[in-house]
Amino acid sequence: MAVGGTVVLAACGDTGVVTEVSSAEKTVEKSGKKIVDVTPPLGPIAGTILIDGSSTVGPISAAVAEEFAKKFPDVRVPVGVSGTGGGFKKFCVRETDITNASRFIKSKEETVCAENGIEYIELPVAVDGIAVVVNPKNTAIGDSITVEELKAMWAPEAEEKVTTWDQVRAGLPGNKLVMYGPGTDSGTYDYFTKKINGVEGASRGDFTPSEDDNVLVQGVSGDVNAIGFFGLAYYEQNKDLLKALKVDGGNGPVSPTEANVLSGAYSPLSRVVFIYVSPVAAERPEVQTFIDFYLNNASGLAPSVGYVQLPEKMYQMALERFKSRKTGTITALEGTTSSPNSVLAAWEAGA
Amino acid sequence: MTVGDPTMVSNSGHAQARTRRRVFGVMFYALTIGSTVLGIVLLAALLIDVFADGVNQVDAHFLTSYPSRFPDQSGLRSALLGTLWMLGLTAILAFPIGVGAAIYLEEYAPANWVTRFIQLNIANLAGVPSVVYGLLGLGLFVRWFSLGRSILAGSMTMSLLILPLIIVASRESIRAVPDSLREGAFALGATRWQMVRRTVVPAAAGGILTGTILALARAVGETAPLITIGALTYIAFDPQGPMDLFTVLPIQIFNWVSLPQKDFAYLAAGGICVLLMVLLIANSLAVFLRYRMQRRLQ
Repeated sequence: MAVGGTVVLAACGDTGVVTEVSSAEKTVEKSGKKIVDVTPPLGPIAGTILIDGSSTVGPISAAVAEEFAKKFPDVRVPVGVSGTGGGFKKFCVRETDITNASRFIKSKEETVCAENGIEYIELPVAVDGIAVVVNPKNTAIGDSITVEELKAMWAPEAEEKVTTWDQVRAGLPGNKLVMYGPGTDSGTYDYFTKKINGVEGASRGDFTPSEDDNVLVQGVSGDVNAIGFFGLAYYEQNKDLLKALKVDGGNGPVSPTEANVLSGAYSPLSRVVFIYVSPVAAERPEVQTFIDFYLNNASGLAPSVGYVQLPEKMYQMALERFKSRKTGTITALEGTTSSPNSVLAAWEAGA
Repeated sequence: MTVGDPTMVSNSGHAQARTRRRVFGVMFYALTIGSTVLGIVLLAALLIDVFADGVNQVDAHFLTSYPSRFPDQSGLRSALLGTLWMLGLTAILAFPIGVGAAIYLEEYAPANWVTRFIQLNIANLAGVPSVVYGLLGLGLFVRWFSLGRSILAGSMTMSLLILPLIIVASRESIRAVPDSLREGAFALGATRWQMVRRTVVPAAAGGILTGTILALARAVGETAPLITIGALTYIAFDPQGPMDLFTVLPIQIFNWVSLPQKDFAYLAAGGICVLLMVLLIANSLAVFLRYRMQRRLQ
């Protein structure tokens, strides 16, 4: 309660006097966790750690960088946002030390990295759910949708054919189907098409895409016949404007709550997000300290920017993986699945 | 009567034609006023909307803090410094080259097909989409010159982008200097260099400066080329020199707009206010310089 009071005070616009203390307390308020301190291996550290990649993971890395800078002001950690694919392009020519990725590395990207002699340490950092949302006034659809219905409307074959709601589910009114989704460069689009349509990047082309998820929020909230999908964080911030559908992946409808995303029950639309670290960069003490800090604090910081933390066990496994500098992908599951449970299972099987 | 009839007819025809002409005149007048008012109203609506959302975000804390995941602690210090660094470096790079090229083309270049070819290409370059310059900057400055994602690489890319604008504006302004001034200088025994230095450039300075500032204003507002060359999104330190990493105001604004928490939208509006203020200050500087130069000339 006392912590909540601090947050309210801070939110009342007393911006000039908000201190580090209140930010730490807020982190506590949101996730129940304090910032975990780490000790650099070889005394004081300085330098620049270059991070780029996914716009989904960017806010997590920026949050970690923000807290890290408070402890280690001599280390500079800029974070770029050029998409998961764009991030790997830079990572695989050694332009960055760490790249953010909202999916596993693709074999094509792995080839490019290998050609340049660049390895990677793959570390899971959080879980993101993809929300399927409709307009709150759309009562006809009920509160859930099946994966088959999603496929019926998003499959490449549906282009210019499936144009009304009654074609998606018998009994719905024959209103025009208006569709919104993230742009084709985003990891969210890659993941959704993989899970729903079976092939990464394969979908109908006649929907309204935007790289800016807030545009999608506006589109769906402004049209009673609209449907869209994007990261759960954007639904959480716009609950009053949108209705998130429960998704039925074969085991009954499941709503996209934090608990369901974490347990993997919200399937198939919950995914683990990663950072990829260059083993060459990992030799630098400031990078070692940063990764140590990242994995120790991701469970507290990821929720503060709208994501779900991984099971504690996975962070411990990731720390060990980093300490042993184990390169290569965790699983040979490239693209087949990446819900937290399946990653953990595959990881334990492989380890 | 027989003689008067045709005159009468033609008179009334004249009157009709005259009325029609006047109606057209009034309509055109209304149209031009309408266009002007539309422009002003749209600009005012935009500014009022942005300022209503953003102006109370702008305070000392906002200007001096680094971005944060908490909207109420977030500021644009690194983006503002990045923009000022880039503005300065771009001006230093683009102004001498642009004005030099304009002076050459207007005062020295022979009037032949080579000159015309160059002029045509400069005019065309002014219309090339900015993202294309970003790709050029990425290939040339960032990778080939190995400048990395530095302020210098960004400024050089921006210089390329605005050079055609500066050259075109400076040439217009130099061409507007009456030939009598040039002939007067020659008549007094001035060399071409003295004529350019003492007569043409001072007389054209106002126009050259205005053109340069407008071009720089465009550079300040551009996002696409900088995203292409890899300017960063989250920066929590001050740039230490031209080779340092950076971000700029438009990228910071773009980043805030795309975040899920609604409070960041207000920060974005605040960022737009700051960006507009930077532009207004730059513009008033241009007006001031121009005024001083004209007074000195008189």
